Amino acid sequence: MTSTDKLIQMAIAVALFFAVTGAILLLTTRLRSRSGERVQAAAFIAPSLLLIAIGLLYPALRTIYQSFFGSSYEPLVGADGANFVGLDNYRRIFTSEDLLQVLQNTAIWVVLTPILATGFGLIYAVLVDRTRFEKFAKALIFLPMAISLVGASIIWKFVYDYKASEQGQLGVLNGLLKAVGLDTYRFLLTEPWNTFFLIVIIVWVQAGFAMTILSAAIKAIPDDIVEAAKLDGVNGLKLFRYITVPSIRPSLIVVLTTISITTLKVFDIVRTATGGQFGTSVLAYEFYVQSFRSFDFGLGAALATLIFILVLPIVVYNIRQMRRLEAR
Amino acid sequence: MTTTTPPAPPVRSTPAPPKTASSAARDALSGRWASAAAIVIAILWTLPTFGLLVSSFRPEAEVKSNGWWNVVTDPQFTLDSYRQVITGADVDLATYLINSVVITIPAVLIPISLAVMASYAFAWIPFRGRDTLFVAVFALQIVPIQVTMIPLLRLYVDPPFNLMPLAGNDAPGGGFYTVWISHTIFALPLAIFLLHNFMREIPGELIESARVDGAGHVQIFSKIMLPLMTPAIAAFGIFQFLWVWNDLLVALVFAGGNPSVSPLTVRLAALAGQRGEDWHLLSAGAFVSLVVPLIVFLSLQRYFVRGLLAGSVKG
Repeated sequence: MTSTDKLIQMAIAVALFFAVTGAILLLTTRLRSRSGERVQAAAFIAPSLLLIAIGLLYPALRTIYQSFFGSSYEPLVGADGANFVGLDNYRRIFTSEDLLQVLQNTAIWVVLTPILATGFGLIYAVLVDRTRFEKFAKALIFLPMAISLVGASIIWKFVYDYKASEQGQLGVLNGLLKAVGLDTYRFLLTEPWNTFFLIVIIVWVQAGFAMTILSAAIKAIPDDIVEAAKLDGVNGLKLFRYITVPSIRPSLIVVLTTISITTLKVFDIVRTATGGQFGTSVLAYEFYVQSFRSFDFGLGAALATLIFILVLPIVVYNIRQMRRLEAR
Repeated sequence: MTTTTPPAPPVRSTPAPPKTASSAARDALSGRWASAAAIVIAILWTLPTFGLLVSSFRPEAEVKSNGWWNVVTDPQFTLDSYRQVITGADVDLATYLINSVVITIPAVLIPISLAVMASYAFAWIPFRGRDTLFVAVFALQIVPIQVTMIPLLRLYVDPPFNLMPLAGNDAPGGGFYTVWISHTIFALPLAIFLLHNFMREIPGELIESARVDGAGHVQIFSKIMLPLMTPAIAAFGIFQFLWVWNDLLVALVFAGGNPSVSPLTVRLAALAGQRGEDWHLLSAGAFVSLVVPLIVFLSLQRYFVRGLLAGSVKG
């Protein structure tokens, strides 16, 4: 297909879509009665509902079901359904050495990323709050959010680039190490620390998110609280510890939980930076490998379901906190 | 604000110290330390991108033999790397750039349009079971896309009732439909939820008086709601744009490695794997993929922040 063909295909798809929605709107314009209203509501909602039911609800249930079966996609092999394996896939996740390492890495990611990203975001938001260059300073931290995780991984792979000590260095970090007379270091290959250097990448991306939300929360602290504290001689770090942090606690929780949810599902960084080698794989990446490389659909489904189970309580807590934030 | 009452600071019992020269000096000092810390963080955050940007303009031999910081003493710049990644036959990012555009535009327009309609009905057309249905849609936000991928892919490849397969060699639209539809599905729950929240903020009297004047829902929707919703739509639109443009997983799974449908991210990830030492290509390639989202992001930053504060974070 040439580029022009593709653009034409795109135009056709968009035109087709708007023709259909336009027709729905036109056909339901004349309806005024009570029952007409019901038809209108159905016409407005049905397309979305249908897509969600077919594309989210059914596949999610199907995947959970699949996680109790062996590696082939068709779960019922033969008449007796011999492919049923019960909880074996889950047992494999928690007993196989490789997969235990994956779980451990995931735990490190989910604990460290929210804390570090929120920490940097909060400190930076406080530091630049109400300064002359606030807008520009924020934009600098903000920018990584517009970058794809693939792009971010390439940017950092370049920072971590390794060459033997006697060669010219390309990566900034090894350049620095060499400049101070140390040996160069294989940042992405040396276990177990390479996991931490991968986490740096997601912290770099997510800190901007934390900063934006927390900065808005800091600006919403009533001036009289801050003024009163200042009159009482509370300044600097104490003001931060006793006034700022308690006042933005709900936002802090929302930021922490949101980042941990995002982190659980990140797979681009591991795939681009190390390809899951050298003991760096995480759950979301392992799901991809098992499903689309090893074609072990049962294990893949179990890994996906595990992500779901892990995300679930955090999301519920996150939503309740957000509700509380909105209710203020 | 029940949870946020700050504990009394321990220093409260002592009387406020008078503004002396020493306290003023301490303030100034902490101010200076604060600025220094802010500058250090800002540099840490900017330097990695800056280094790659500089490298993308350096000649290949230089990029491969010494660090980018050497431009200070030996400035040499060229556009060769860009020429090579965009039009060179072995990398050919121009094709993938087109693919990204072709994927992104419908994958932003379609879910937003569907969500605006659905959220209008959820917000302003009363019908039985409305709240239950809305909560159900909202709750589906929590499903990680990984959980849906394999069965969804199966539906595309081998649909029931002898429907036309959307994936494969003679798929309609060259195979783009699977990517468009998947992005649409994954965007809908959050889009409906957010736009519904914005719509509920519009005063009910406005709708009521329009109804009294004889306007139907379709007129109210198109004449009153859409104009009022423009900022909210822009806020969600920029999010959806960034997700789709920067996405790797959906493209990998649903474009199935087919180079005529794959976006920039897929090509770039492959390049990082196969030619990890060709930093002149990787740096230029990365910036080709970054330019479009950066422009959109910087020009619509206001809406982006608004969307973030309203909770536009994909589950």
